[in-house]
This record gives sequence, C-alpha cells and structure tokens, in this order.
Amino acid sequence: MNQYQDYELECIEKLETWIPGFDFLSEGGLPKGRATLVAGTAGSSKTVFACQFLTEGIKRGENGVFVTFEEPPKAIRRNMGGFGWNIKKWEEERKWAFVDASPQPGDQPMVSGDYDLGALIARIEFAIRKYKAKRVSMDSLGAIFSHLEDSAQVRSDLFRLASALREMEVTTIMTAERTQEYGDISRYGVEEFVADNVVILRNVLSDEKRRRTIEILKYRGTDHQKGEYPFTIIPKKGVVIIPLSAIELEQKSSNIRITSGSNELDRMCGGGFFRDSIILVSGATGTGKTLMVTEFMAGGVENGERCLIFAFEESREQLFRNAIGWGVDFKQMEKDGKLKVVCRYPETTGLENHLINMKEMIEEFKPNRVAVDSLSALERVSNLKGFREFIIGLTSFIKQQEIGGLFTSTTPTLLGGSSITEAHISTITDSIILLRYVEMYGEMRRGITVLKMRGSMHDKDIREFSIDAKGMHIAKPFRNVTGILAGNPMYNAQNEVERLSGLFDQEI
Amino acid sequence: MTKYLLRLYITGNSIRSQRAIANLFRICREELSDQYKVEIIDVLEQPHLAEAEKILVTPTLIKQLPPPLQRLIGDLSNKDKVLLGLDMILKDKKKIKEP
Repeated sequence: MNQYQDYELECIEKLETWIPGFDFLSEGGLPKGRATLVAGTAGSSKTVFACQFLTEGIKRGENGVFVTFEEPPKAIRRNMGGFGWNIKKWEEERKWAFVDASPQPGDQPMVSGDYDLGALIARIEFAIRKYKAKRVSMDSLGAIFSHLEDSAQVRSDLFRLASALREMEVTTIMTAERTQEYGDISRYGVEEFVADNVVILRNVLSDEKRRRTIEILKYRGTDHQKGEYPFTIIPKKGVVIIPLSAIELEQKSSNIRITSGSNELDRMCGGGFFRDSIILVSGATGTGKTLMVTEFMAGGVENGERCLIFAFEESREQLFRNAIGWGVDFKQMEKDGKLKVVCRYPETTGLENHLINMKEMIEEFKPNRVAVDSLSALERVSNLKGFREFIIGLTSFIKQQEIGGLFTSTTPTLLGGSSITEAHISTITDSIILLRYVEMYGEMRRGITVLKMRGSMHDKDIREFSIDAKGMHIAKPFRNVTGILAGNPMYNAQNEVERLSGLFDQEI
Repeated sequence: MTKYLLRLYITGNSIRSQRAIANLFRICREELSDQYKVEIIDVLEQPHLAEAEKILVTPTLIKQLPPPLQRLIGDLSNKDKVLLGLDMILKDKKKIKEP
C-alpha cells in the first residue's frame, strides 16, 4: 500500500510533553499524532501522568481533552488541585474538556443485542473539534472492559478509536492497568491494538520502601532512552522524572584552584581543589569530617564565594556551636548572605525528593560551593540502587553547575575500612581524602591522606593532624607506622625506619 | 395521548442503527399500540446530546417517560429483554387479561 509506505517513510515528529524529565527520556517527547499507552499497577500515578500531559500543554497554549472511564470529573478536579492545577478554571476558559465515560450511579443498563462504542467515539471527536485540542488523555482503558461485557466488541472499537484519533492528528495518552509490576504489559492486552508506544510506570516495594520508576518499553520507529528511571510525585509539580544514567559526561573542567580552607591541605593537594570537582571525605565517626566541611565553607566565604551546606546528621544549633569551637562564625556568615545551612532529617522524605529539593535549593541560592554532611546518613533511607542513583544525580548536577562539592562519608569501622558510599561514589568523585584513626602506644591519633586527585600531583603521605580551637593542623607524615589504611597499624623500630630512609635517600 | 417517551441514540446509517430502529418500531407497534413517541438521535449529527446524556455505546434506548428513567443498550433484537428493560411486562400481562 502506497499510502502506508509514505506514512512510514516520514520522520516521526515528537511533541514535547514538558513533563520534567520525560522529554529527555523520550528524546524529544511523545510521537506526534500517535497514541501512547501508559501502563501501571494501582497507585503508580497513571492518572497524574495523564492529567499532567494535558496541563503542561494548556500552560503552553495547547488545549486538551480528558476522557475519564474511571473517576468522575468532579473527583479528578479535586484530586489534582493538590498539584496546583485549576482544572475548573481551564474548563471555563475552554482549554480543558472532560468526556465523562465514568460509571453512572444506578443500575447497569440492560443489554439487548449488539452494540458498539460509536457514541463515545463521536463524543470524543466532537470535544476535540470543539476545543481544537492537540492533546488527549484517556484514563483508563481497562475500566470500559469492566462496564461492558462484550470485550471483543470493545477491542475492535478501541482500535477504531485509536485510528480515528490518529486521523485527527492529536497526540494521545491512554492509560491501562497492570496486575503485576513485572509481567504482562496490561490487563486485557490493550497494548496489542491501541498503541504504537508503550510507557510503563512502576511502583515497586523494596526494602519496605516504595520506589517509583518509569520505563519506555516500546517507541515504534523512534529512539528513546532504555531502562527504568526513578521518578517522584511532588506537590505543586506532579511527576518529576530523574534522568540519571542518561546524564552525559559533558561537564567543563577548569584549572582554577580553590582553597580547601586549610593551607596545609591545599599544599597536600598540590595547591588546592579544582573548582568544578567533587571531593569525597571519608572517615570514621569523630575523625573530623564535619570540621573539614566547616573549613571548606569558611575558606569559600573568606574568598567572597557563596556556600551551601546540606546537613543530614546534625541540627543547625549543633553545627553552629561546633563551628564556633573551631573559630568559624556561621551565624555571621549567614547574616551576610554568604552561607546557607540546610538541615534535614534524612527520614523526612524519600531520596528522590531529597534530590529534587537539593537541586532546587542549589538553583535558588546559586552557591559556588556545596557541602553534604553526610552522604552515609542518606544511605539508610533508600535501597542500594536508589542511593546510587541519588549520588549520580547529585554529583552530575553539581558538576554541571560548575561548583565545587564536598561530600562526607562515614566508614562503619573505626580503623581502616570503607563504606558502601565510597564503593558507589569513588569513581564519580575527582578527589578522595581519607581521615583515619591511627592507634599508637595506647593513643588514638588522626591521620589524613589524599588518596586520589584527578589531574594533579598530590602528597602521597599519610600525615598526622590535630584539631584545636583554630581548626585542623596537619603535621608530619607517620613514618614508623604501616598498615594504617588496612586498619591494623604496625610499628617499625626507629632504626628500621632510618635504614629504609637511607636506602632511598629521601628527605622527610 | 402519548404515554411512553422513548429516545433512541444511534450512530449514522450503520446496519446496527437500522436494525435498532426497525426493532424498536416493531416492538412499539406490537406492544404499545398508539401510546408512544419515539425520538431518534444520531450522535454523529448531535454529539452534544450524547455528551449531555453521557451516552457511551450505541444503540442506546432511554425511556424518558413514564418514570423511572431506564437505559437499554444493544440493537434491541431480544424483545423479551426490551420489554423487561422498559417495565412493559406488566402492561403485557394486562393486555392478555383484557379481552
């Protein structure tokens, strides 16, 4: 068939949905003039997605028709109010039209003979023409099958409807139920006859936590990102998709150095951190991670930079008091508008929401430096996969903004050891600084070393440091101890050290 | 005098529509003698009426009068069901008693 061939040869145009993240995932939006099936289990926010598709269109001058098979329009108006979508107002402005196909109160109509969905199709076509709609959402298809017994007829009518919609060149979202998160695409096999494209919303329970993901399963004849991407539902915004693995390594990197806040540490790093780098500070509890954050912030403020701290372990008062103890006045800095301290309890919300909140905060405050204290505290509110995605999302965002980031991570053991955080983050970070306890002659001492520093020479020693009322003081390297990083320090006799030093003729 | 007011919603000139119209008139003639009025609404021409009544499928028959309002879907090929759906069974029985 000639016509069919022509149709296929044309490049598939895409309609930007403006749903945050989705256009990235779908590489441009939904295929224009086609139907896309959005399938998901109960509570996977199909209706929100379907509504948001229309609202984002209306905000940009494209009218929409919402066909509801399940909830009556009244319920939808009310339920979506929480997202700040005033559907009633849009209806009055003739931008949004409902086609109400929800079950009516009262008895099921009696059936005598054959019927078809001709009236529904006529109503939808009428609404589209009347409102000059460009976008149509249908929620949800499975419900018609439960109203009407003759599923074979419903199938063929839906097929007819889908082709009618295609002819009218509207872009359509149809939702359908699924019974399992991983199983058949949809109940009643709707996908087989209505849609060229299938998007799946999941709401998976893992480790007693719900995690929402979205996946584009099928996009006939056009490209898209593959796999599941986390998303979250946010009041006043709706669906926000977090495109993680799609983030490209495009960040610029500069040779500009920024101070760590400590001259000695700058020297160890070969002149300071790079401006657009992510630094991970790892250490056991009490080794001085928060101190490093404080110095990093103080160093920034001193140079007239704007600094932002996300604290997930300590309260403001605690942080401020500790900073005073090290000779840094956070209160004054905040008053000057140079510093912002955000304290959140990790359990208040899911990681996805934390990530989005943090991004918003960064965009709003526009800092030059960001510190997160500590990442390990966030580890406990999510599963491993979610946590890794969070870290990737955050680090890439920070890098794109061309700001310096310092994250801390707590190691589970006092001596040596590494944490889950490090395992996931170490390849993403540009620099890693280890803070370790060193047990010597019945005394706990602290050691610091720069494990890694991309693009720069750095000190390879493990140096001792002390903390006093002025902050951190880095001293000489531990020369007569080995095995600090492994967590079992061994002492060499002094003459052995001398013998070794002599071998290499090195100055300490 | 018209006792029954019936509205039949159909889509265009389809075979199913034709059949529904024919079935309805036959049943009315046989069962309601002159006491009926039938309005036929083509949803392709008057979709707003279908919208107002929230008609989903065609053919749909609505008994507007006498109350209660009743809905019936299908091409009305099953006469017993039509009579049951329109509460006409009673009248049917009366009719038998009358002669």
